Formats: sequence, C-alpha cells, structure tokens
Amino acid sequence: MTTPLAVEIPVIRRKTQTGDIVARWVVTVFAASILLVTILVVYQLWVTSAPSRHKSGFGFLISSQWNPVTEEFGALPFIYGTVVTSVLALLISIPLGLGAAIFLAELAPARVSNSLTFLIELLAAIPSVIYGLLALFTVVPLMRQYGEPFLKSTLGFLPFFQGPAYGVGFLTAGIVLSFMTLPFIISVSRESLLAVPREQREAALALGATRWETTWQVVVPWARLGIFGSIFLSLARALGETMAVTMVIGNDPKISASLLASGYSIAAVIANEFSEATGAVYPAALVELGLVLFCLTIIINGMARLMIMATTGKGTKRA
Amino acid sequence: MSKRLIWRKGVNALMLTLTGVFTFIAVATLFLILGCLIYNGASSLSWNFFTKLPLSAGEEGGGMANAIVGSLEIVGMAGLIGLPVGFLAGVYLAEFEDKVFASLIRYVADLLNGIPSIVVGLLAWSLVVVPMKQFSAVAGSIALSVMLIPVVARQTEQFLREVPNSIREAALALGANKWKMIATVVVPAGSKGILTGMILGMARIAGESAPLLFTAFNNQFWNGGVTQPTASLPVMIYFRALSGYEDWHRQAWAAGLVLISAVLTANILARLVLARGVSVPRG
Amino acid sequence: MSTAPESASQPKESQAQKAAPSPVPTPDAGLKLRATNVNFFYGAFQALHGISLDMLTNRVTALIGPSGCGKSTFLRNLNRINDTIRNSRMEGQILLDNEDISGVDVTNLRRRVGMVFQRPNPFPKSIFDNIAYGLRINGMASRSDLRDKVERSLQRAALWNEVKDKLHESAYALSGGQQQRLCIARALAVDPEVLLLDEPCSALDPIATAKIEELMFTLKDQCTMVIVTHNMQQAARVADFTGFFLMGRLIEYNLTDVIFRNPAKKETEDYITGRFG
Repeated sequence: MTTPLAVEIPVIRRKTQTGDIVARWVVTVFAASILLVTILVVYQLWVTSAPSRHKSGFGFLISSQWNPVTEEFGALPFIYGTVVTSVLALLISIPLGLGAAIFLAELAPARVSNSLTFLIELLAAIPSVIYGLLALFTVVPLMRQYGEPFLKSTLGFLPFFQGPAYGVGFLTAGIVLSFMTLPFIISVSRESLLAVPREQREAALALGATRWETTWQVVVPWARLGIFGSIFLSLARALGETMAVTMVIGNDPKISASLLASGYSIAAVIANEFSEATGAVYPAALVELGLVLFCLTIIINGMARLMIMATTGKGTKRA
Repeated sequence: MSKRLIWRKGVNALMLTLTGVFTFIAVATLFLILGCLIYNGASSLSWNFFTKLPLSAGEEGGGMANAIVGSLEIVGMAGLIGLPVGFLAGVYLAEFEDKVFASLIRYVADLLNGIPSIVVGLLAWSLVVVPMKQFSAVAGSIALSVMLIPVVARQTEQFLREVPNSIREAALALGANKWKMIATVVVPAGSKGILTGMILGMARIAGESAPLLFTAFNNQFWNGGVTQPTASLPVMIYFRALSGYEDWHRQAWAAGLVLISAVLTANILARLVLARGVSVPRG
Repeated sequence: MSTAPESASQPKESQAQKAAPSPVPTPDAGLKLRATNVNFFYGAFQALHGISLDMLTNRVTALIGPSGCGKSTFLRNLNRINDTIRNSRMEGQILLDNEDISGVDVTNLRRRVGMVFQRPNPFPKSIFDNIAYGLRINGMASRSDLRDKVERSLQRAALWNEVKDKLHESAYALSGGQQQRLCIARALAVDPEVLLLDEPCSALDPIATAKIEELMFTLKDQCTMVIVTHNMQQAARVADFTGFFLMGRLIEYNLTDVIFRNPAKKETEDYITGRFG
C-alpha cells in the first residue's frame, strides 16, 4: 500500500508549497507596505520642507517670526501654543479622568461600569470637527460672557488671566482638548486599575484602611505605569489635534502669558494657511512645522506604548 | 470612634463621591454633545439638505448633497485601498510572523496610528496633489487610507490570534495547506472581530476633516470626478461654521448631526456585532 | 455558653463527645469571638449552613476540612472582608468581645482583627514601608515611632535579624517564606487582638512552614488566632481547638486532642484517618 503513496506525495507537497509560498509573499508585501508608508512619511516631510530648512536651519525652532511676505518663518509661537493647550488639557483631564476611572474600576458594579465605559468610549469616536463646531458656538460664547470675566475678576492678578476676554484663545482650546482626551485616560486607566490583583486590595483593607485609602495608596500606585501610559497617549493626541483647536484658539501667532489671549498651534496653522500658501518657502515652512509635530508625537507615543506594554504584558512588581 | 477615624471616613466619603461626580461629567458630556447637535441641527434637516447643492450665502434652501456624496466617494475609495491592505497585513502579523520583522511592523503600525491626521494630509499632498497640480478626491482617499491601514491591521491581527489553535490544527490534520486553513477556517472564525475593526476604522476616517483640507479640498458643485476637488461632510462643516452667515451656521449644525449619527451608529453597530459573541467557542 | 458543634442537621452525639471537655470560656481564656448560626450565600449558592463556633482568647483555633468546604469563607466573615464580594450575603451573628461585628465600624474592626492571606501579598514598597503602612494610615507619623514599631513587629514575626540591614529594599527581594512573615509582621504592626490566617503556609516550603508554626506559638499569648489549614499535622501541632468543616457545615468542634484521637463523628474520623493513612 505504500507504493501508490510514494508516487502521490511529491505532487501534493509541491502543490501545497506553491500555494503557501505565494500566500506568504502576498501578505508579507502588504505588511511591509506599512513600513514603506511610514518611511515615506518621514522622507516626504524631510524633502518637501527643504526650502524652508535650508533657509532657516535650526533657528526655525526658536524664531517667533511669521512673515509670509518677507518669507521669514519661525516655529516658536506654534510650538508654544501646541504645548500650552495640550498641558492645559491634561491639567483638566487627568484629575477628571483618573477620578472617573477609579469610580468605574473600584466602585461601580460590573454591568454599570461596562455600560458607562462604553458610553465614554463613544466620546472618543466623535470627529474632531464636531467638537470644534460645538466649541465654537457654545463654549466660546459661554467663556466670553461668563467664564473669562469670572476668572478675571477672581484671579485677574495673575498674569495668566489678563487681557481682553474674547472667548477664543489658549484657555478655551485647552478646555475643549481636555474633553477630547478624557475618554482615553478613562479607558486605559480603568483597565490598568482592573488589572491590579485582588489580594493587594484585600491586604490593605484587612489592615483597616478605608476604600479610598486602599484605592489611592495601594491600587493606583500598582497601576501607575498604565495610568502614565494613558496620560502620554492623551498628550500625543492633544498635540496633533487640529480641527477643534483651530476653530477656537484665535489663530494669532503670538506668545503670551495670558491664557485668555489668542494663540496658534502647529496643526492649526497648517490647517488654516496651507491651501493658501504660495511661493517656495511658505509651504515648505508649513511642512517643516509638520515635521516638528511628527517628531514630537512619535517620541511621546513611543514612550506611552512602552509604559502600557509594561503593565498589560507582564505583572508589575516593583517597589 | 476616634477623631482621626472620623476624619478618615469623611475623606473617604468625599473622595469617592467626587469620583462619581467626575464619571457623571464624562458621561454627561456625550449627551450634551448629542443634545446640542439635535437641538441646533434637527430643524435644518430637510429634503433639501440631502438633495440640493449649496447655494450662495444668504440664499435659503441650499443643501449638502454634494458633500454627502463626496464623503461616500472619498471614504469608499479609501476603504477599497485601506481595508484589503490592512487586512492582509493583519493576516501576516498573526499567521506568518517572522520574529524581528513582525515586531518591527507592529511597532511601525502603532507609530503610523499615532501620526496626527494633518501630517498624513501633508504626505498625500506632496505625493498626489503636487504631481497632479490639483486637489482631488483620490488624494483625499489616499490620505484616509493611510490612516485606515494600521487600525485594520492591528484589529485583524488581534482577532485572528484569538482563534484557538485547535481549530488550526484540525484543518491542517484534514489535509488543508496553510493558506487554505487561514482562508477557510481561521478568518471565518475571527470574522466578527475583524469586521468590527473594519467598521470602526471606516467610521473613524469618515469623520476626519484635517487630512482632506488640502487634498480633496472642497467643491460647491457636484464633484467632477475622482481627480477633481471634492466636497466632503467634515470639510463642509468646518468651512460653514467659520463663515459669517447664519444660514450656513445652521447648515453646519445639520451636517454635524448627520455626521455624528453616521459615526455613532457605526460604532454602536460594531460593538453589538462584537458582543453577540465570537464565531467560535472560546478555549 | 455554647457547646462546640451546633450545626443544625447533626445526629445524636456520642458518649465520647459528651465526656470530652469542649471549649468553654475560663478565667484565663475568655470568649473572644462567637459565631452563632452563620449562613453565607454567594448569590444563590449557600456556602455556609448554620455555623456556630466559639473562639477563645489567646488560643489558637484551627479550621480543617477538604477543599471547598467553606472554612475560608467562614474565616473571611470574621473580619468582614467578604463584604467586598458582590452579591454575597451573611445571615446570623458574629460577636467580637460581645459586640456584633455587623454593627461596628468596619475599618476599625479590620484593625482589630488582622488577616494573613494564602499567598504572600506584600505591597510594591520597601520592607519598611510595607509594615509602616498600617501605622501611617492610623496616624503615626513620627519617624522614630515608626522605626520602633517596625522593628518590634519584625521581631514578633521572627524576621528582624534577616532584614534589619535591608529595610529599604523592595519587599519582593525576599523569599516566599520571608514575604509571608513580612505580611504577618505587617498585620501585627497595628496590634490586632485577633489574627486570622488563611492557609498561610500552603505556598511555602517545609522549613518556612516550620518557622511560621514556631511563630504562632510565641504569638499565642499576645493574640487570639484562627487558622484555616489543609494540613492536619499542622493543626495538630499548633492548635488548641479544631473545627472540622464539610460541605459548608461544621461537623465537629472540640479540643484538638479530642478531634484527632477521639473524634465523635464518623465524617471527622474518615477525614482524619484518610489523611494520616
């Protein structure tokens, strides 16, 4: 009975091998395309920004000039605006988000927690331009009429809250950004908190700690890597947010200490001015700004991924 | 009870209540957003909105038919490019992975995912708009597909990995070769999750405005073809909202309502598909 | 004064049982914990049926029985840590020094009734900070007070000599047996009146186990202990009183000697002889 088999096997093997080899090549090529596209992004950004890079060199990063007529461009006001609005956003969304994550992970019963988390995650799916739309027509008027005057009357002695209250500016942009980053902080932090082993909580409770003491002093520290990861993730998103910011930041390339003043962010200026940018240097300068933004987000995203991987990958046992 | 214990219990009650308040704020935001859109936009939704072209500022009765069609075109083409590429890349990562190369691809995919959408727009501009010397729907689709690919790839990989090995072995033991096993057994088993990933990816790019601003740009008239500037819903919302005309503001609200309905419906649908259980018994 | 086994559905008590002395509070061994008719439910499933049990002061009470018989569940009711399990319910009464524990403040209860868990669960902090944790939340702030207390607790747990030079290293640098003694020290730091031990040695090697059993001897006159154990030789070695659980019921409860040499119930005898072989 082995003889017929000895004849058949080579044929079958050849057929399967060809099919598999082809399949393997096809999928590998498509997977490699991801690598290709990313390299392309870097390459294109680098090349297209050449006219501007050659003109300004590293001075680009520290200059505050933005003059399309004389073709002098500097990134500083935009970097400033991007950083200020993002930091402001985090200052608001970290306590809000961590608090909500604690509620959802530690206090709410499983089904309630899952439903509420689902709703909160829907917030992340809302397009940026819709946040912008809402911010422009509801948040800005509110800030102009009530929010900013209130801040000026109570905290106006601080340099952060001086100057005319137009409703648009760093503060409003920061507030809108905070709600856009909120779902990420909540979602990832909640998962990190849920991953803390039950025995840790019980150990603290058994010593006579209150729920809050247990949560704040034992559970949150255990989950801190994942929580930090969520913060960095949100930071990366906030840095790159375009539409919502550009609609409420005021679009003024100035650096000012006051949060009520108008400013500009990298993404906003590209969005606003790119389609009108003429000449050789102007568009290149905008692309160079894009390159700066790209590098910023890559670094921060990379750090975020490392942190999140460390918690969900293995157990975190460190003092 | 000692004074200290009373203090501690007070702090406990306060902080725990605060966390509940914060959660409420987060959830309420969703409903506030929806409420605002419905309140401001529902009244402007009409037959005209869905069928007429935009009119000059000040003229009543215009619509956004071209933007709706344009969005469908651009997102559709992006899907045609991005879905297969992402899917096959995901199949590679789950079934054919070579140690170093696969980790590299995974890392890079996550990187690509994190690139701000406006930067992706710059890429498509330099690759497509510049050589073509004009804005076009194709450029917009390419930008969106770049954003779609990593999302679909990672989701596909994740759900293929969740298919138990016993199924793979069963297929192989019956004489299927590797690609047949994948195509006829593994992929169908993970199909629910993969489909979810695709729906969510498409919903995400459908709402993107930034990458279209200087690729597909905009168009007040019916789109000429895929190589012409094309209107899309998100971009229209942006321009209308920033304009100075009340009527156009109302249109922006209506368009926002349409857009968010589509996006949220897709999201909820995707979750339901996933929640209905996997195509294969676990474990 | 309840006599030992008061489980609802037990048949007649034998002569032997009536003759043997059962745990009775005496001047030098008062009544620390009394459970009366405790039923416990996980959702619809009843895990404990009518448990009544007296645990005397400064004595060691062991709870033995096969896996899943409810002894850990019962133990966890004594410091109400079961409260954290959703959908669970306890009926019946547990008195600590004659006070119903469901009525007292639970945070305070848990300081008075400490617990050591099956697997060592030190916090991801230094050895010092692990032990100081309970002290800090109860308000002790002075560095010197903390140092004294930490040293004292580590001595009581027979761990001081092994860690005195590395108090600020991570608790995870210790071996399993050392970590468990650290958890005991941590529990002792807040001066509990009762110490509950839920199979404290099940994850440890024989030498570490022996050290902990030795520990229990020395702690006895400072602390009332209730220990759940799978290991009958351990119960025979350390416990004054032993209760045998089976399927959520307390079958028999008496002096350890009586349980192991002269059990009154057949089920007890079967379990014991099955193990000893």
